[in-house]
Amino acid sequence: MSGEHSAGIPGPAPEERPQPEGRRNLEGHRIDPVVEAQHDSRRAVISALVEDEPGVLARVSGLVSRRQFNIESLTVGPTTVEGHSRITMVVEETDPGIDQIEKQMAKLKPVISVGEVSGDAVTSELVLLKVQGDEPDKVHAVAEMYDGQTLDAGPETITVQLTGDESKIDDAIDAFEQFGIIEIARTGQTALARGNIPTAPGEKPGTAGEPTTPTID
Amino acid sequence: MSDSAAHPREDDPDAEPVSDPAEADAPEPAGDQNRSTDGSIDEVSTGAESVVAALEAAGAETAFGVQGGAIMPVYDALYSSSVRHIMMAHEQGAAHAADAYGVVAGEPGLCMATSGPGATNLVTGIADADMDSDSMLALTGQVPTEFVGNDAFQETDTIGVTRPITKHNYFAGNADDVGDIVGEAFALSAAGRPGPTLVDLPKDVTLDDTDRTPGPAEAPAGSEPDPTAREDAVDAAARAIEDADRPLCLFGGGVIKGEASETAREFARTYGIPVTTTMPGIGSFPEDDDLSLSWAGMHGTGYANMAITHTDCLIAVGTRFDDRLTGGIDTFAPEAEVVHVDIDPAEISKNVHADYPLIGDAATVLDQLSAAIREAPDADEWRERCDEWKDTYPMTYSTPDDEPLKPQFVVEAFDEATDDDTIVTTGVGQHQMWASQFWTYTEPRTWVSSHGLGTMGYGLPAAVGARVAADTIGDIDRDVVCFDGDGSFLMTMQELSVAVRENLDITVAVLNNEYIGMVRQWQDAFFEGRHMASDYNWMPEFDKLAEAFGALGIRVDGYDEVAPAVEEALAYDGPAVVDFHVDPEENVLPMVPSGGANGRFALSEDQL
Repeated sequence: MSGEHSAGIPGPAPEERPQPEGRRNLEGHRIDPVVEAQHDSRRAVISALVEDEPGVLARVSGLVSRRQFNIESLTVGPTTVEGHSRITMVVEETDPGIDQIEKQMAKLKPVISVGEVSGDAVTSELVLLKVQGDEPDKVHAVAEMYDGQTLDAGPETITVQLTGDESKIDDAIDAFEQFGIIEIARTGQTALARGNIPTAPGEKPGTAGEPTTPTID
Repeated sequence: MSDSAAHPREDDPDAEPVSDPAEADAPEPAGDQNRSTDGSIDEVSTGAESVVAALEAAGAETAFGVQGGAIMPVYDALYSSSVRHIMMAHEQGAAHAADAYGVVAGEPGLCMATSGPGATNLVTGIADADMDSDSMLALTGQVPTEFVGNDAFQETDTIGVTRPITKHNYFAGNADDVGDIVGEAFALSAAGRPGPTLVDLPKDVTLDDTDRTPGPAEAPAGSEPDPTAREDAVDAAARAIEDADRPLCLFGGGVIKGEASETAREFARTYGIPVTTTMPGIGSFPEDDDLSLSWAGMHGTGYANMAITHTDCLIAVGTRFDDRLTGGIDTFAPEAEVVHVDIDPAEISKNVHADYPLIGDAATVLDQLSAAIREAPDADEWRERCDEWKDTYPMTYSTPDDEPLKPQFVVEAFDEATDDDTIVTTGVGQHQMWASQFWTYTEPRTWVSSHGLGTMGYGLPAAVGARVAADTIGDIDRDVVCFDGDGSFLMTMQELSVAVRENLDITVAVLNNEYIGMVRQWQDAFFEGRHMASDYNWMPEFDKLAEAFGALGIRVDGYDEVAPAVEEALAYDGPAVVDFHVDPEENVLPMVPSGGANGRFALSEDQL
């Protein structure tokens, strides 16, 4: 049906027009087409101080899923300041992606401050592991190796609690595999910046810009 | 009533479930004793009155909405308020009308609906406002607090449903706070980068007693960003602009929302920099100016797309680099250093990397740039090239005798017959593109359309909102012309009843090709001409439908009927619908195929 119709605007056809040789990559950076630099994704811990109001977790998790950010874990818990909670997210993203997560989270009204926790942050996770109870002595020995605690020991199952950073937890889980892991529950990584560095930018530890609870000297 | 309770209707208050305890305990409506003679609330006695007092304090003048069970207390409080209420036919129409009202008036539009279907019907309009960063406040009724979560009659999790499409939404928990929440939501929607907000109002909260008069509407702390960009960044951008050989301004919707059109015009003219706009940026820069290249993107002008392809310094203000503008990112302005001015830091380097990020208010930052630029870029040669492109790729269409009326001709006829301050609204599709291509826009807030969401059916309710806004701000002589497609018109044409009832002086020009035309065009280009579910074959007679509504209806088939119909419709004091039967095979050109290079726009269908 086309062809016969009078449609069309005068002018040189697309391939007759000059086209610059430059290109941009998927992140919108101008690139040298010969040596295209690509961003690798990396793990980052994002910490946000938020107002503890109904739906705040839904707002954050909805944002993450809507914008297709890759997250490994998300934890949330109260702070010592009434009405404030801390959300800790572990993400696997490129640098521009991490930047976007921070900026988009900062736009949420209940988010007070947000940022990436610097690389040498203190991170930890808690894991509950339930294994077969056939070899209690061996289970206790492995648990001790990883500074774990036995929380429940019965004739059929033993439940162990482990804490630590990700690599320690991964190693421990590998070691417990030999007993047959029946169930596992992990909290996901939570994190604080070391020393005097605020965990989320602009955050004054213990105050967060609000009247604080008394600190113990 | 006992029979109808089994099939309750949202607009039938008698059909409320009889077991609603909040209803049983409800205090008597306050009547008019708390209202002053000028029609505003002096003394608050209920949550609902607090809501309305907050709206009045915030300066809201007009609301668009539809009644229903859970929102009735708020409506009751509106009974003798100074806030004018326009009763719409459908909640989607209320949201679009409020959105367009806000665009024209430059303040948040206000829409209202009841719980459940009322709220869900608003959703498309809220999403539309969100995508286009339009300030708007939606108030929704909700089932009484104690029923929330129990799947009560007309209950929807409105907060959950609208969370991803609002700037922020609020669940009003008690009558004492509800007024302040509404005031905050109103102010927040206009603060910084605008966007829709929503307050969900449980019926027990609005019925409950309170004597708390809400304070002035204040946006929450931190929601008004610093308008000024960092000086060092401004200086660096100024150097880049001075050194550019092929500088180009790209003005987006943020220029209009930031009331920066005057500043932007002065900036471009002072430094002799050619200007292209995005679609939402239409009107920020006069299209009849020598420096104007009109708008860029998928159906933008050839010369705008050539300029954006070859610029070496793109000064982008208030734009989020939507894919309909950029085409494929790899070929977007591939040689340009990008100066990106935006109030929202999250837009910087989201889609296109900003070499010079300037975070701040459009007018403020343009003034900062002007102060920092020491000499205009040497761009004589570049301006000549841009002018040559205008000659090489003119926006034309042909009108052969053996083909039906061309839609572009209709758009031009209306443009010629109306003043520059005429407000144009559109639906979405081919007619929208022709309305933007073949009308010469010179003023901000004259182009009112659905850009980001692409909502068919936006045009007519938007015309209602635009007309009411123009009348409210005192521009009663401005014309409001809605260009609509036949498909778009059919989606929301019930709002014609509102235009007739309120005697709104609007003209609807239906560019009727009996197709979902843009889909038909894509099917011809990309789906081997298989017209699956795009060919209506038959359409109702819109002129007669208009008459049935009580509007003026005119049908036009040929070129010689266009001018008289345009004249009659514009002269008619009230809503007029002109059903233009146009060439069903006409395509929107030029066209950058989805993800293609802007500089490789097709000039005819066979180039796609």
